[in-house]
Amino acid sequence: MNLIEKQEEIIQEFEVFDDWMEKYEYIIDLGKDLPKITETNKTEDRLIEGCQSRVWLDSNFRDGKMHFTADSDAIITKGIIGLLIRVLDGEEPKSIATADLFFISKIGLQEHLSPTRANGLLGMVKRLKLEAIKHISAS
Amino acid sequence: MSNLEQKPFNVREIREEFPALRQQVYGKNLIYFDNGATSQKPKLVLDAINLFYSKENANIHRGVHYLSQRATTDYEAARQRIQRYLGARKSEEIIFTKGTTDSINLVAFSFGSTLSAGDEILISAMEHHSNIVPWQMLCERQGCVLKVVPINQRGELIMDEFDQLLSKKTKLVSITHISNTLGTINPVKEIIQKAHAVGAKVLIDGAQSIQHMHINVKELDCDFYVFSSHKVFGPTGIGVLYGKEDILYRMPPYQGGGDMIARVTFERTTYNELPFKFEAGTPHIAGGICLGKAFEFLETIDMEAAERHERELAKYAEDMLDTFEGLQIIGEAKNKTSVVSFSVKGIHPFDIGTLLDKQGIAVRTGHHCTQPLMDFYGIPGTVRASFAFYNTKQEIDTFVEAVERSLSMLK
Ligand SMILES: Cc1ncc(COP(=O)(O)O)c(C=O)c1O
Repeated sequence: MNLIEKQEEIIQEFEVFDDWMEKYEYIIDLGKDLPKITETNKTEDRLIEGCQSRVWLDSNFRDGKMHFTADSDAIITKGIIGLLIRVLDGEEPKSIATADLFFISKIGLQEHLSPTRANGLLGMVKRLKLEAIKHISAS
Repeated sequence: MSNLEQKPFNVREIREEFPALRQQVYGKNLIYFDNGATSQKPKLVLDAINLFYSKENANIHRGVHYLSQRATTDYEAARQRIQRYLGARKSEEIIFTKGTTDSINLVAFSFGSTLSAGDEILISAMEHHSNIVPWQMLCERQGCVLKVVPINQRGELIMDEFDQLLSKKTKLVSITHISNTLGTINPVKEIIQKAHAVGAKVLIDGAQSIQHMHINVKELDCDFYVFSSHKVFGPTGIGVLYGKEDILYRMPPYQGGGDMIARVTFERTTYNELPFKFEAGTPHIAGGICLGKAFEFLETIDMEAAERHERELAKYAEDMLDTFEGLQIIGEAKNKTSVVSFSVKGIHPFDIGTLLDKQGIAVRTGHHCTQPLMDFYGIPGTVRASFAFYNTKQEIDTFVEAVERSLSMLK
């Protein structure tokens, strides 16, 4: 599945929810299931400081693809990270650098990636794209 | 000269005056519990904004034409209404600013410029960033020293420490009347008396008190009292600095420009009289006039009954929230207003705020511009519900249920 198909799949999954609280229940469950970054790995250089919640991002490059794990102190933020990982993990740097994450607004979560939300998510996506660009220019 | 009469306190009738309270968000009736951040506006204010721009709009203080004179008269009438409401001696003591932050910066710059290296400024551990940073900047400029009165776990000032810190070196005590994060009402009268006894001036940050209680600056005997219009049912972008005339008189201007001058030549400029000396440039004319309307509205409210109602709401909410496992009320001062801040063990305030929002409830989460205070409690932030006199017990019932539902989802 490519980046666009993965996003369309998520949009479809979210269509079953007819209530905000159901949607968030699902996101919270995603957040709970997501593997944590260990405390020792929550270092300054992995931290993306939001005004409210914080995000830690650990990314690496293997066999031409980007992989990453991320964590947050807020569970809803973490659930959304889960969705972003599903879409972006294992993709080539080029696709990540140019990715249009249209699914976020389609499922009604755009507020979480708005610059004013200050939960670290937008910073996380930016940093991820930056990492991807680094790998493109290195290769 | 109040146009409207004070009525017996009736929440239902008061709510009728606030159109913003009658709307749905996410298909739910809006419950607005973010009054600490800003208040909603009564029809009297909304209509006045519309009227000003439809019929009266003109620049003030310099026009000979009808509209300009009418706008000037209304603007100055607003100043006088605020003066009377606050119990200030003269309308010259009421300076229009952009808000609390602007008022404090004005004092820090202008009054601050008369201070010397080694002079001390005393603030408290519960101050809003607006009442911390301007003083730090002043200290950097002039070599003054910032001292901080600590608080106890309940969120009350430790007055013994205040007594210790206060000395002949103290030139200014700048303290919040009510903490926006904790709701603590500080003993400002005692603080003012003690500060005056050592020759220090006192600035009261009234951003969170003007909307909750009747303020009389003459009785308080504070040297400065500052507040923002938008938290007291008026428009954004305007606020007030009250200052005692003799102090304001001796303070140099803050910003230069039109309106604040008497005569300008390239060699030398002389300054206008109070209050205009501190009001450079075209002010927020509609804002000033409509802030006057907000006070006209307040004059119709029985503030003592309103305050009782607000405290009842807070007590009611706290008693119910207290029964939730792991929930801790932050700010348990004996003397406290209608602010309920809490944190829940293992749950981020941001998550609770997000879920409450989706249930139609507006609260604030985060550090509330009081980061040093959050550090003191060792938490990243709180969920804060702050009530106004237009809120109801039924709203709190819904809120408490929504908190319960949110916590059960997040646990
Ligand atoms: C105690 C206190 N001081 C100062 C301010 C700053 O007010 P403004 O942003 O309107 O200038 C606030 C606003 O939240 C406040 O609560």
